[in-house]
Amino acid sequence: MAIEINQQQPPQEVGLSRIAVSETHGEDSPYFAGWKAYDENPYDESKNPSGVIQMGLAENQVSFDLVEKFLEQHCEASSWGNKISAFRENALFQDYHGLQSFRKAMASFMEQIRGGRANFDPDRVVLTAGATAANELLTFILADPGDALLVPTPYYPGFDRDLRWRTGVKIVPIHCDSSSNFQITPQALEDAYNNAESMNIKVRGVLITNPSNPLGLTIQRSVLENLLDFVTSKNIHLVSDEIYSGSVFSSSEFVSVAEILQARNYKDSERVHIVYSLSKDLGLPGFRVGTIYSYNDKVVTTARRMSSFTLISSETQHLLASMLSDREFTQNYIQTNRERLRKRYEMIIQGLRKAGIECLAGNAGLFCWMNLSPLLETPTREGELSLWNSILGEVKLNISPGLSCHCSEPGWFRVCFANMSEQTLEIALKRIQEFMGRRRSQHRETVFGNSSFFRALQNRKQKRKKKFSKIRRP
Amino acid sequence: MIHSRSRRNPTREPDFSSSKPFSPGGSSDGGAGAAMRLIVPLQGVVQGRGGLILGSIIPGALYYFFQLYLKRSRSAKPSSNPPSPSSPSAQLAGFSRTSSRSNLSSRGSVGPVRVSARANSIAEPNDSPYYIGLERTSEDPYGRLDNPDGIMQLGLSENKLSLDLIEKWISENLERSMIGGADGDLNISGIATYQPLDGMVEMKTAVAVFMSKVMGTTVAFDPSRLVLTSGATPAIETLCFCLADQGNAFLVPTPYYPGFDRDMKWRTGVELIPVHCRSSDNFALSITALEQAFNQARKRGQRVRGILISNPSNPVGNILNRETLYSLLDFAREKNIHIISDEIFGGSTYGSEKFISMAEILESEDFDRDRVHIIYGLSKDLSLPGFRVGVIYSFNTSVLAAAKKLARFSSVSAPTQRLLISMLSDSRFIQRYIETTRERIREMYVAFAAGLKQLGIECTKSSAGLYCWADMSGLIRPYNEKGELELWEKLLKIGKINVTPGSACHCIEPGWFRCCFTMLAEEDIPVVIKRIQRVIET
Repeated sequence: MAIEINQQQPPQEVGLSRIAVSETHGEDSPYFAGWKAYDENPYDESKNPSGVIQMGLAENQVSFDLVEKFLEQHCEASSWGNKISAFRENALFQDYHGLQSFRKAMASFMEQIRGGRANFDPDRVVLTAGATAANELLTFILADPGDALLVPTPYYPGFDRDLRWRTGVKIVPIHCDSSSNFQITPQALEDAYNNAESMNIKVRGVLITNPSNPLGLTIQRSVLENLLDFVTSKNIHLVSDEIYSGSVFSSSEFVSVAEILQARNYKDSERVHIVYSLSKDLGLPGFRVGTIYSYNDKVVTTARRMSSFTLISSETQHLLASMLSDREFTQNYIQTNRERLRKRYEMIIQGLRKAGIECLAGNAGLFCWMNLSPLLETPTREGELSLWNSILGEVKLNISPGLSCHCSEPGWFRVCFANMSEQTLEIALKRIQEFMGRRRSQHRETVFGNSSFFRALQNRKQKRKKKFSKIRRP
Repeated sequence: MIHSRSRRNPTREPDFSSSKPFSPGGSSDGGAGAAMRLIVPLQGVVQGRGGLILGSIIPGALYYFFQLYLKRSRSAKPSSNPPSPSSPSAQLAGFSRTSSRSNLSSRGSVGPVRVSARANSIAEPNDSPYYIGLERTSEDPYGRLDNPDGIMQLGLSENKLSLDLIEKWISENLERSMIGGADGDLNISGIATYQPLDGMVEMKTAVAVFMSKVMGTTVAFDPSRLVLTSGATPAIETLCFCLADQGNAFLVPTPYYPGFDRDMKWRTGVELIPVHCRSSDNFALSITALEQAFNQARKRGQRVRGILISNPSNPVGNILNRETLYSLLDFAREKNIHIISDEIFGGSTYGSEKFISMAEILESEDFDRDRVHIIYGLSKDLSLPGFRVGVIYSFNTSVLAAAKKLARFSSVSAPTQRLLISMLSDSRFIQRYIETTRERIREMYVAFAAGLKQLGIECTKSSAGLYCWADMSGLIRPYNEKGELELWEKLLKIGKINVTPGSACHCIEPGWFRCCFTMLAEEDIPVVIKRIQRVIET
């Protein structure tokens, strides 16, 4: 220890880790800046009708009444009953295998969502406190620090944090654009892989979201088949985040990677892992329920052990086990939820069309992918950001700009429609229509005002006015 | 010189012709000529003629090219990430597997798809008696009526003694409902949506108040300094991620909770350096030992980021006194490191000694608070491990900011929060609960320690925790870790009781065992004693 010559040494500031001081959590991006604006001035039907309407949060509130009704009518499902041991066992239960009844219920629910086209083994279900934890956990298991996962753009902004922050793993984008309807082309896949190789980065897997966030579109069967062949040939993993699988408007349009594996007799399936959660389909994000379904035994074992850091409350497991085991409830819920989401989607599409805005033809999710590129002053990131700022400031809507989703084409925006009442959505659409109306007349003035022909016309009009006014004066 | 250049530009052609004194002509001659040009000078070295210089340059050049070849065939790791020190062999094995597979990839997949080095080490079978014992017991658990020959669980420090009180409260106030809130509110719309991922404000307030009450301190815990996580396990891991980088270390006094080896190291890549405490001091923490361990780490080039203490200690059950806590703070300030104080047993006290939380010390003294962080949870004091509620309490705003964002990976379920808010807000119930639990733990401790004493087994004089630290060194032969593990096996297989051997806790003296008694009922104690006796007599 050094001899203290200076008695008045200032207290040394104790250091933190690199992770603690890094910006990888991304909370300074525009995706989150809009949220701050909303927090400061939130819309309320009666108390603050001119506030910011939150259209950047992918939350499902359209079918919540069904869950509430079930719990009202089935009190025994949400109670510990009169058996003395039931509460005690539940209170002490912290086994990372999870409640068997809950795992069975989850597996069965996932099967029902896929119309029975895929089977799920409850022993392969690993429970985590939310899909956020599930994605991070899988990344820890499949890749080492410095390795990469390929992720198709545009993607959920949270992935930058969830897949990279603590894991030290990189994301290498697979660029998709409107020319292929934002579907993953074999060329884009190869390019991304080669791009990583050229940077001397080891690719450990591909992570897709199906149905896609932010596109609101399911991935086509042929694309999935191609993806499976690709990961097999490179001997890497495939993670399919199917968190919106229950939010597909029509059951027949969703193809899960599980179905394809089943059709292939589970050949090469040990590289495939599915992430699911009840936050979107059941509208219960506060409950923190996520799962990893893996066809790889080692991954299941490891994920289970690692889930010690993110266990689901045993009380929540017990409660949801009863609800998800009730086939009458789940069948009715899945069907009704689909129908209501479809109606909402149609409502917003028509409303946007009336405003002269086109969206990507979607078939799933809690949002639509809106094309505002004609409105950009310049077809650049800056143009998109400035448009986003005016929508936030003038129209008071928080929508998610494509650049926060790493979209390579500027001008696209994700707009959520399921986290509000129909009335609020009407108001939001009206605001957009008015905004577009204002823009169009501004545009007309600018165009016509700058044309020399019309300037000359205006001059003659003015001259004539002066002449007349001169004559009329006594 | 040459080596550093190659590391920066691995794909560049080596600057061979300009820097080497001998002509590059040899390389264009073809194999045999080149070989002779290399061998002859080397022979010159041996024969001591002229070739001495060439004889040293050529092996150097060969070595350089060999390294370059290795670097090209192995994928270069970006220099920003230090290699993981915990399992280098697994990593290398992973690399060689990968390179061979990429060569064969055109033939289709060969061999199993690779998982990370981290995953490989986690997937390995449990070799700690702590975990093995828990596994075996869960396969054949004792039940007084349904499985009287099963294994009795004395290896899990959980408190079953006062669950009946909690159960009664739930049945009286919530009609046994899982979603019941205050005023019998069964509506879940308030808890279904996204909540703050580091805990609801009301929950933080309720937990802060509970912490003061259960620790018997007048110090108020500030709810804005709390981050809630799904259990104390992620709380400690999250804190570790905030305070240390991969490869850094924490000093941990032994014996310590076996779970730390997993919780603090698995994913963070952090090391734990044991600081041994001995029975001669009643396993008290010695600053001299800390100092020694710190200096040795520095000599090894290992950066120590903090000290991890558990107070009350697990597995010994000591409460750290004021002087020790002051000395610890001085030590931490001198070395400019953190202190993590795991106070999860803070409410499970039964002796005459009063528990003093770090929060209390920092309130009354002018120490720099930025380096102190407290871990807590509801698993022990409130007997609800299944509900997953853990706490990080810190005075450091930067740590809190980071921990808050990291809490999204391990959030507490909203319905659970609501239930607990109601319960924790019932101050009369909580008061009664705390008093009753304390009383019951003490009764069990006294009965259990007395029972062990009958067999000639002494326990340390502990004042807290849900276990006692028993000295069975007189029963092990030989007097070392092997002897201890043999006794542990006998107790598990023949005695059918699961206790935790000191070696699993990194205790430097063999023969000590942690026996948790709060999973038992009072009538189970004689059964346990008889079973131990049976093993002793074998």
